[in-house]
Amino acid sequence: MKQKIRIGCGAGFSGDRLEPALILTEKGNLDYLVLECLAERTIALAQKRKQIDPATGYDVLLERRITGLLPLLLQKKTRLITNMGAANPLAGAEKILEIAKRLGVQVKVAVVVGDDVFDRISGEELTLEGNLPLNSYGKLISASAYLGADAILPALQTDSQIILTGRVADPSLFIAPMIHELAWKIDDYELLGQGTMIGHLMECAGQLTGGYFADPVTKPVPDMHILGHPLVDIQRDGMAMFSKIAGTGGLISQQTAKEQLLYEVLDPRNYLTPDVVADFSYAQLQELGPSLIQATGGSGKAKPDTLKVSVGYQAGWIGEGEISYAGAHALERAQLAGETIQKRIGDQFREFRVDLIGQNSLHGEPLSKNQAPYEVRLRIAGKSDQKELAQLVGEEVEALYTNGPAGGGGARKYFQEVVGVVSILMDRNLIPSRVQIFES
Amino acid sequence: MKRKLANIAHGRAGDKGNTLVLSLFPLREENYGLLVKEVTAEKVRELLAHQLKGEVTRHVLPELKGILFTCENALSSGVTTSLALDAHGKSLSYALLEMEIEDKLPE
Repeated sequence: MKQKIRIGCGAGFSGDRLEPALILTEKGNLDYLVLECLAERTIALAQKRKQIDPATGYDVLLERRITGLLPLLLQKKTRLITNMGAANPLAGAEKILEIAKRLGVQVKVAVVVGDDVFDRISGEELTLEGNLPLNSYGKLISASAYLGADAILPALQTDSQIILTGRVADPSLFIAPMIHELAWKIDDYELLGQGTMIGHLMECAGQLTGGYFADPVTKPVPDMHILGHPLVDIQRDGMAMFSKIAGTGGLISQQTAKEQLLYEVLDPRNYLTPDVVADFSYAQLQELGPSLIQATGGSGKAKPDTLKVSVGYQAGWIGEGEISYAGAHALERAQLAGETIQKRIGDQFREFRVDLIGQNSLHGEPLSKNQAPYEVRLRIAGKSDQKELAQLVGEEVEALYTNGPAGGGGARKYFQEVVGVVSILMDRNLIPSRVQIFES
Repeated sequence: MKRKLANIAHGRAGDKGNTLVLSLFPLREENYGLLVKEVTAEKVRELLAHQLKGEVTRHVLPELKGILFTCENALSSGVTTSLALDAHGKSLSYALLEMEIEDKLPE
């Protein structure tokens, strides 16, 4: 049992940079590095890949991250906890062993198995979002439960250097090593609430260190091009100090911490996770020095009896096309182009949208300034169950080159398959988990 | 005198399904009371009426000196299936900062 541990967050979402994780591991003297790489639809998309090729389904960047980090992690004796397993953590572990062999090192990986509950879904369950049965949304393709710290603990109790999971609650990735190393009790909800607050502050990586915070006019942040990711020192009593590696860019302040603390929190007094119902409303965030913040005051009460399950379903296709206009009457020409396309194909789509980027595409007409922009970009988007129809949107926009208003330039077209995600609750007793070990 | 929130406050937008979560903090702590007084759920609903189709609930957090607005039915059919350019509504943090409030204090 330790008196304190140090955890770094090397990725806050699936597309995050690798470099901050390398710097954290090399210079941070971390006990643990966490890479949080799953968004809502990441697993549903990964599940689709796995259906086509059963050897895939883990995070597409797993290979790049592990190749870059593994030798450092082993050298520094830093354990890695990550949800890069996505829809296929078992295959992900095989891939890690393959990479280790290539790099000439030995590694042990503990995989947390059990978040995939697709075989337990009847389709009649009612969603949290709309109170409608799952089957009414479309063809279901995946269902993964948000597992908690209790599923990760058995993996930590082995001597594996890497703990690889599928879907787990983000704060649980952080709270599990706290419980394991600091001998916290799994039902000490006050402490787990504090731990969850720490995890929530850390889980988006750069968002705590000035990333997605900077506003050069009111909230300047230095050296964003070398933004460092955060690390946290946690003591047995739950007191936490957040900092970053010297020489990296960014800053940690009361302001950055507050914005991250309430990020995506529906009710700050009742923040539900698989481990606890946390209360962030009494958080104390103290600046103790440059980019050095102390956080206390998180608390909580008993965890819920149910786990949230994310269900992915097939939701058709979205097609888009864009084209730009500038100079005299740019707005009028863009509007004419939009009307033309609307008249030609608009009623073939379940949903159809005409935006003027630079004028109203983000916040609508009421908030747009009523002065004509110098340049404006028309964006058309349509949703359809048919791929060909979705593709038509971009094709029609491109056809404006010879059939549309004068001066249109920079046309682009896109289309993509849509995977919808909704959630249900499931009795946690129906969701057992286990650990499987992979060794070099 | 009228002041734009962007000059006295900051905040971030987040999403959970079809619900938009907007936080609001004063840039200087002494303006917290002013925000509580002036930035009501009703005003937020009105400012963002174009976007918000459901209830707006305000959570006031005196210990943190911050305010949280949860806005239901705000993100089309949900971020994963929305046609909007900004499906997650992330840029809406700055839509909120467009609000103008009455500030009786001198500049």
